[in-house]
Amino acid sequence: MKTLIIAEHDGQTLKNATRSAVTAAMQLGAPIDLLVLGSNVSDLASDASSIAGVDRVLTLDDASLAHTLAELTAPIIKQVAEGYTHLLLGASTFGKDLAPRVAALCGVNQLSDVIDIIDADTFKRPIYAGNAIATVKSSDPIKVMTVRGTAFAAAGLGGSAPIEAVSASLSTSSVRFVSAEVSESDRPELDSADIVVSGGRGVGSQEDFRKVFELADKLGAAVGASRAAVDSGYVPNDMQVGQTGKMVAPKLYIAVGISGAIQHIAGMKESATIVAINKDEEAPIFNIADYGLVGDLHEILPELISKV
Amino acid sequence: MKAIVAVKRVIDYNVKVRVKADNTDVDLANTKMSINPFCEIAVEEAVRLKEAGTVSEIVVVSIGPKACQEQMRYAMALGADRGIQVETEERLGSLDVARIFAKLNEEEHADLFLLGKQAIDSDNNQTGQMLAALLDCPQATFASEITLNDSTAQVTREVDGGLVTLEMGLPAVITTDLRLNEPRFAALPKIMQAKRKPLAVKTLDELGIELSHSVQLLSVETPAERSGGIKVASVDELLEKLRNEAQVI
Repeated sequence: MKTLIIAEHDGQTLKNATRSAVTAAMQLGAPIDLLVLGSNVSDLASDASSIAGVDRVLTLDDASLAHTLAELTAPIIKQVAEGYTHLLLGASTFGKDLAPRVAALCGVNQLSDVIDIIDADTFKRPIYAGNAIATVKSSDPIKVMTVRGTAFAAAGLGGSAPIEAVSASLSTSSVRFVSAEVSESDRPELDSADIVVSGGRGVGSQEDFRKVFELADKLGAAVGASRAAVDSGYVPNDMQVGQTGKMVAPKLYIAVGISGAIQHIAGMKESATIVAINKDEEAPIFNIADYGLVGDLHEILPELISKV
Repeated sequence: MKAIVAVKRVIDYNVKVRVKADNTDVDLANTKMSINPFCEIAVEEAVRLKEAGTVSEIVVVSIGPKACQEQMRYAMALGADRGIQVETEERLGSLDVARIFAKLNEEEHADLFLLGKQAIDSDNNQTGQMLAALLDCPQATFASEITLNDSTAQVTREVDGGLVTLEMGLPAVITTDLRLNEPRFAALPKIMQAKRKPLAVKTLDELGIELSHSVQLLSVETPAERSGGIKVASVDELLEKLRNEAQVI
């Protein structure tokens, strides 16, 4: 048995999803290699080598891989993955885009959103928006899977794995990168923050949402939103927490003006402590909140901001 | 330009899911079934592309028992031109589904494949990417905007941290995200017309498809329920609890 993990990065930094995948791989108990694909990846490779639990960092550096497009990376991963029994990626949009393409090239099925590793062949994963948990067993020669960051804590640092360049034949594709609109922010990443403050439609407007940001900044928290708040145009879609957005599991989740639709709860119910602030005392969010505060958030938020 | 659109019959998204008492699967007996919401968005997008004049024919494909014809007729009422049902009672994996689409395409030669990014039952988010791999063609997952030209597509994708726009040659596989469009309602006359649109039925044997069966479903459980806590009366009490009881701030 040996495990290959595909590193996720934006060209500058490794994403937390990679360290969560290392933790999942450690539970398999087999040697772990981490493959860094991209253009000018030497700094990324040295960051990768410091992740505790990684045995080797493999790199493939080519200008054509700058945007890590699945059409170009999947055929490379298929070649490098020869002889491995497990191939892990984070269950991010990067991993979800790439893993199925690799699996199909290898002629195997793929397991999405793994949340628990029972043994080398048996895994648990949520289905029906997390309303049921399936235990599945794979007989494929290589298990290609994406693992949920909220289920596996990020692996620590302090390792010093050797770095080796690997070679593979490169493919071409008609796909061309046109542009990216990346939301710049000094706040922590939503899917790895210790505290998340989320606002819903009850916040009322894009302007009122500034109070949510203000509270988050006082707490050093990331900012999330419900689908209703995103659809109302208060905040961009990449802030959406829920089944169709990001899955989060912080130590503290504060839901402000969020009623608690099933699809939102599916995205945050693994949080350690949940606080709900809502004017409707019948709101379903209170059924899962550890601490509920009923009242007008336009009065409560300023008071919280001043006292926290 | 021909577009193939995938449609899956799934439990209606408003219905609460129940796990069977013997934990073998989810209980779908007497449950309302509907078109997978992401598939519906794919159908709507194909219809809009046809209305814009870039797509000339929309073929809707569904795999499953005869009942899935109901969702295919719905897609035809929205504007799909004809349908192909691949009839099977078996539980299929995403790789099986992708192989069936690739096989059908040997006759269809589509320019564009529109699929939902995931089905809300299995939540796999795999089929489109697998189909693109099998066809060795470009893929654009989680699309929120599609612009088609004669031989290329420009697609904006919703990814972690923002939006990415790609341009690619056709044929290509595009999977739909929630904000791509808002599907229309099917008007009654369209529903009546849809009943007369051609719908071919094929079997796995006819297509020469052998299912993979490499992933076995061992059990299905209800997740641990989270129980509600307490209501606090004031901001001061909330902060006291968070500091001293939960110790999270």
